[in-house]
Amino acid sequence: MARALKTLGILVALIAVNVLLPKLIPNSYFLRVIMLCGINVILAVSLNLVNGFTGQFSIGHAGFMAIGAYTAAVVTMKVLPGATLAMAAAGVPPIFAHGAALLVATLAGGSLAAVAGLAVGLPSLRLRGDYLAIVTLGFGEIIRVVILNVDAIGGARGLSGVPAYTNFFWVALWVVVVVGVSYNLLASTHGRAMLAIREDEIAAESLGVPTTRYKVLAFVVSAFFAGVAGALYAHYDSYLNPASFTFLRSIEIIAMIVLGGMGSVSGAIMAAVALTVLPEALRGVKEYRMVIYAMLLIVLMITRPSGIMGTRELKLPWFRKKVAA
Amino acid sequence: MQEFLQQLVNGITWGSVYALIALGYTMVYGILRLINFAHGDIFMLGAFIAYYAAGWFGVQAHPSALGALLVLVTAMTGAGIAGFIIERFAYRPVRKSSRLTALITAIGVSLLLENGGLLVFGTDPRFFPQVATVTKISLGGGVTVTNIQLIILAVSVLLMLALRWIVMSTKVGKAMRAVSFNRDAATLMGIDTDKIISFTFVLGAVLAAAAGVLVGLMNPKIDPLMGIMPGLKAFVAAVVGGIGNIPGAVLGGLIMGVSEVLVVGYISSTYRDAIAFVLLIAILLFRPSGLLGKHQAEKV
Amino acid sequence: MNAAGPSLSLDHVSMVFGGLKAVSDLCLDVHPGELVGLIGPNGAGKTTVFNLITGVYTPMSGTIRFGEQVINGCRPHDICGSGIARTFQNTRLFAGLTCLDNVKIAAHQRAHSTYWDGMWATPRSAADERAIDSRARALLETLSLSDVAETRAADLPYGRQRRLEIARALATDPKLLLLDEPAAGMNPQETEALMRLIEEVRLRHHLAVLLIEHDMKVVMTICQRIAVLDYGVKICEGDPDMVRRDPSTIRAYLGEDVA
Repeated sequence: MARALKTLGILVALIAVNVLLPKLIPNSYFLRVIMLCGINVILAVSLNLVNGFTGQFSIGHAGFMAIGAYTAAVVTMKVLPGATLAMAAAGVPPIFAHGAALLVATLAGGSLAAVAGLAVGLPSLRLRGDYLAIVTLGFGEIIRVVILNVDAIGGARGLSGVPAYTNFFWVALWVVVVVGVSYNLLASTHGRAMLAIREDEIAAESLGVPTTRYKVLAFVVSAFFAGVAGALYAHYDSYLNPASFTFLRSIEIIAMIVLGGMGSVSGAIMAAVALTVLPEALRGVKEYRMVIYAMLLIVLMITRPSGIMGTRELKLPWFRKKVAA
Repeated sequence: MQEFLQQLVNGITWGSVYALIALGYTMVYGILRLINFAHGDIFMLGAFIAYYAAGWFGVQAHPSALGALLVLVTAMTGAGIAGFIIERFAYRPVRKSSRLTALITAIGVSLLLENGGLLVFGTDPRFFPQVATVTKISLGGGVTVTNIQLIILAVSVLLMLALRWIVMSTKVGKAMRAVSFNRDAATLMGIDTDKIISFTFVLGAVLAAAAGVLVGLMNPKIDPLMGIMPGLKAFVAAVVGGIGNIPGAVLGGLIMGVSEVLVVGYISSTYRDAIAFVLLIAILLFRPSGLLGKHQAEKV
Repeated sequence: MNAAGPSLSLDHVSMVFGGLKAVSDLCLDVHPGELVGLIGPNGAGKTTVFNLITGVYTPMSGTIRFGEQVINGCRPHDICGSGIARTFQNTRLFAGLTCLDNVKIAAHQRAHSTYWDGMWATPRSAADERAIDSRARALLETLSLSDVAETRAADLPYGRQRRLEIARALATDPKLLLLDEPAAGMNPQETEALMRLIEEVRLRHHLAVLLIEHDMKVVMTICQRIAVLDYGVKICEGDPDMVRRDPSTIRAYLGEDVA
């Protein structure tokens, strides 16, 4: 009962913010940055499940995001228009109709990305660390090349006209979900099993932890949320291009969790926000942006590879109850 | 059949280039267990240094064998210095850190070289000077090879033989092999591992730069991002051959080059880049230690 | 003390690495409740035997049975599920996690919740947590490690780390415990305490124990039966007195001349 009330409370709060936000922050550029922060937080926290909690090297996250983005776009543009029109005819307010469509599309995108995560994860997760990194990198690139060559979804020209259904409510909701799932796992025996795999896989296996199963699970769940982020992104920019899902994008997400401290959810959140805002702040010196970014990465690795938070969490009162002992 | 043989010639040419780059990857991995993401960008650096050197030495105006050689040596030297600096200031500090930390550092260096290159060299591609007019030589049966291709093959083979001599017949080479077997034991035997690691990086960089110059001869258009795909493909080549294994890198390079050319010739050029990933996934799924590699079991 | 339980039985087990025969045609049994010692010079293949039993390696030939079940070829986590737990020669604790978490992870097998339960913090997940928590704390208490429950495993002194390894192995609820040189690096008092601990644990939990040890005092004092390995071959087996006097054992340890 308490949980149901809490969930309802969160939903109401998010709806309220969604309504108030455009009034409080009339500047649409700031609004855009906030939305992008949210999407990046989903990406970073989900990748953290694999790289941070389970200690695996996945550097192809952008590939899963791409799958989610394109799938969701295809769903809203080709599969659902009939349904949305019917709802409009029945007098359903657009915001509910669009929201429902977005939800369906997002779940579809996330699910397909999760299936891809299974397909990639199952054979590769028995590979040694850096080899897994290369396979995930390769997978991400293959996805991009495949999308590039499929004209039906735009190919190199990109896919435009994706309905702009994403709003603050949806982004914030999914942020809450992915962060909640992460903290819940951390406080459960399953999260501990993932940490054990990170610390010493052989010891974990000999203590009864089915390591491959957990690695694949982490991969699949993480891919799902990457797909969700992609779906949200597609319905925000209304335009998709394979060039947005390159290896570089995967590296940007890696940089976020490394900066935040791999294994720390709060670290990932902070770093995702920081690394979304920073490039925007550096917009003036656009040519130098990537050079500064690169040097930041190198210096960070040399001086403080454990990132801001290491593996620790921000001990806020609400979090404290979740992260027991 | 003739078409196939022609493709083979082209494939072997590209294969030798990939092999030169792959050697650098494999040597560094063998000695440090580090995937040097920035290696492909050294290849690019070599091409650009050669471009500028050609300008300084006036090779464009007065093409000559000596001039070409000078340009090659300059590029190799410059890249060697770059390799030394990168190892010393970016990789050595993270040598004791985790593998992922080193990997990310390597990615950072790669991004730095690429975007630094865009800043310094500009985004417009440059055109590599022609050191000789391209002439076709017939090998019989309708198969031809260009003089450029012969130069590339000759230089590649020479460099690979030189490398083999260094690794197998010199004291430094023996030290390199010792360090890649067991770094701590090598230190205990009195080998200055820092020097050997630096030397390995320089050696790899030198070969990559040579590859850059050779590719510049074949495809005159050079740009700061030209190292990304060849770097990735050469890495795949190294993995296919067995990363850490020097003859493996050569074998992998040849396989990579021939496969790529055959795919472009017989299937479609849009899938040119994809073949590299297909090869990679295939080898990692069926024989992760590579064709010539040995399976490394972890001692429990 | 005669606990009914499965017997471990190695039947003509061999393991080859490259050209090296690490274990040759080994036959060895451990009956329920027994304390068997496995000794031999360095490199004799003792840890390899452990690795074979626990599924880290698959034997080239021969069968390993635990009770009715054939366990060679099974994954290590399944073998743990059958009731075999081990400690490692070089402690393999989860260094960055607390002692309590280390033990909790070992109790993971008995959890009833699924990953989905974990993701959404369902009541089933919470119930699991409570059960695991009390069980882990109880074990720490038994091994006198309660005071360091929240300490990082890496920060413990060596002797207590080895105890933690044993606590962890016990948390998997084993019927057979494989201890790999538990007394390594301990001083005489610590070793004394360890011997008492092993006996206590064995009796309280009705365990069989297979023990690799170099400290002959420990082996001769607590083992009921000893098997001697040399270059992968079992050269002797019997009670401590018999082994102590066996010429081939003496030869293996001290060389040709002394025998």
